[in-house]
Amino acid sequence: MKKDKGKGRSRGLSRRAFLGSMALAGGTAVLGHPKKAGGSENFTGYPGSYGMLTDLSLCVGCRSCEKACNEANDLPEPETPFTDSSVFDEERRTTPGVYTVVNRYETPGGKVVYRKIQCNHCMEPACASACPIHAYTKTPEGPVHYNEDLCFGCRYCMIACPFYVPTYDYESALEPKVEKCIMCLGRIRDGLKPACAAACPMGAVTFGRRDDLLKLARQRILRSPDTYVDHIYGEKEAGGLNWLYLSPVPFEQVGFPKDVPMQPPISYAKGFLAAVPSVFVIWPAFFGMLYAAVRHRENHETEKEGAGSEEVRK
Amino acid sequence: MNGEAEYALKKTDFRSWFMGKLLMGMSWPEYMRSLVTPFNVVAGAVLAVGLPVIAVRFLFGLESVTHASYEYPWGLLLGWGLFGGVPLSATGFVMATMYYIFGFKAYKPLVRLGVLTGFMGYLFAVLYLLVDLGRPWRIYYPMVVQFGTASVLFLVAWHVATYLTVQFLEFSTTILEWLRARRVRLWAVRITIAMTIAGIILSTLHQSALGAMFLLAPGKLHPLWYSSYIPQLFLISSVYAALAMVIAVSTLVARYLRGATDETYRGNLDRLTLGLGKGAVAAMYVYFAMKLVAVAHADLWGALLTPYGYWYLLEILGFVLAPALVLTYGVKAASALAVRFGAFWAVMGILVNRLNVSIVAFNWNLPHHIEHIVPPWTEVAIVGALLTLHILIFRWIVNRMPVVREEPEYKEAH
Repeated sequence: MKKDKGKGRSRGLSRRAFLGSMALAGGTAVLGHPKKAGGSENFTGYPGSYGMLTDLSLCVGCRSCEKACNEANDLPEPETPFTDSSVFDEERRTTPGVYTVVNRYETPGGKVVYRKIQCNHCMEPACASACPIHAYTKTPEGPVHYNEDLCFGCRYCMIACPFYVPTYDYESALEPKVEKCIMCLGRIRDGLKPACAAACPMGAVTFGRRDDLLKLARQRILRSPDTYVDHIYGEKEAGGLNWLYLSPVPFEQVGFPKDVPMQPPISYAKGFLAAVPSVFVIWPAFFGMLYAAVRHRENHETEKEGAGSEEVRK
Repeated sequence: MNGEAEYALKKTDFRSWFMGKLLMGMSWPEYMRSLVTPFNVVAGAVLAVGLPVIAVRFLFGLESVTHASYEYPWGLLLGWGLFGGVPLSATGFVMATMYYIFGFKAYKPLVRLGVLTGFMGYLFAVLYLLVDLGRPWRIYYPMVVQFGTASVLFLVAWHVATYLTVQFLEFSTTILEWLRARRVRLWAVRITIAMTIAGIILSTLHQSALGAMFLLAPGKLHPLWYSSYIPQLFLISSVYAALAMVIAVSTLVARYLRGATDETYRGNLDRLTLGLGKGAVAAMYVYFAMKLVAVAHADLWGALLTPYGYWYLLEILGFVLAPALVLTYGVKAASALAVRFGAFWAVMGILVNRLNVSIVAFNWNLPHHIEHIVPPWTEVAIVGALLTLHILIFRWIVNRMPVVREEPEYKEAH
């Protein structure tokens, strides 16, 4: 994809594609597949979009990615330096000033596995479908972009995200905003790798086109089936993520959230959304008729009462 | 000379108007003295605590007064004020539909009370939201700046805003009668049917949309509460919530605002209460059946035998079926007292359900979930202050405007 071309098309395309998929999904739902509402018509991401592959078996917990992320995004200084490994004593999560963290897990098998957490940049993101102001955009490049100038702070995106990723600076009274990993959208548009991928000394974070990363992940599983569990996390989860994972242990053991659906969360609400326009059409007709029926009966009855003699004549 | 006399006349006119309309016919000193009541003292104390807490929230951010965290962005303010308050404010649409569309003319004495309860409920739901919203001054953004058409919350925002307007217009006849604005009032009367049908559309959609909001969070909401039927469940329960709420509010008005009521209201109340009870109990059985259908559809019978399952059973047996049985008894035995008792219980059940969905069963499988269920005292203080304001304003209106009494001039003119 040529950089500037993608840039120019990004806005219009994203919205049009999004609305298009909504309309298609609505159509199917009306035609009577409420359980599979929009199943095949889901927006499955932009072709050729970029992604990341985190290989948990290669991560050694050096936290270079945390440091690189901090610098690339001008985030505040951390409380403990990036070289301090005492942070692994407790499970951490991302915060408004920290877009990615690495946690250490001691698995039941006795293995020590490190896991990097950040926004997964879903292909059809729940945050974007939750936002009533469309402050989130799924960019054709892959990253999910949040525009703070539009956000009014309802935090429905945080309710919707199956990965508990968006954070919110609750301390701010005047300019609170959501903060999360942006997959270094600016760097990608400048032809660079995201900072964490560029900084990883172990090659545990790979940047590339999502399709290529899926192939790469499959190759790695095939080549060393004993190293990996046979699952690419993010291929299907939440309808597919632009951030993929390989792991040497089952994903539940390293803190991946349970109960993440295999469809994009919005697909569960599509049936409802599709019913909305028809209510606007059917309800006025239906209740208008009812009103007319009741009025008619009332008039009829008063006529009867008022004109009893006519009744007799008949 | 002439001008001076006219001025003096106008002045006394204004004074008598002011005393009549706002001070309920009392002079200032009399009015101030009438304000010193035990209830007002308690209300004043609650406000004295709660209003400063609201100020703290706007000066130092949500962090300073709420429990809100990254995993739990919503707490009591929305759980109580929005998810609990909106179904109980379905009173406006249910009573107006019954009266204007279905032609249940006997319920006339309660229609305006229903509309006022609904309007006030929505108004305060918005106030709770404004306190909770990160940047409340941008509240109009979904209407003006950019449209998140795929968002269920986008629907809720539009519907609540438009329905608030609709309800204000529905209630405006009452205000205009109070102000003796005959001409404008006629215009307001003319749009009643259109407003009522608009009200049905907007309420059915956003009562269910409030439930549909959680459709986006499968896996986060406990499966027993996360149901593909949640929009329908929210809608049906809002119907009985409305009927029970009208019974509850009309009971409180008859008891504590007796002076504002007229003979028609007091004389008909028991009979109408029984009728409303009959409607409420029918909707409750439908709702109860739907709850069972939801469990059956997702095959969650096994989940009923877990701690959350027991809590679920307590909700549907203790807060739906039990009050429904009390209401059934009340209707059968023609006991308005039993119906009222059942209605208050049913109202509580609605709050239990909405708090369960938005707080207790949300993120149920995260560690330390229990800690997040219990709100900090500051959040409770905000809720207390807004609830108190709600009651005070409601009372102020009912005392002055012809809500539960007919204005002699406008009799038979509804």
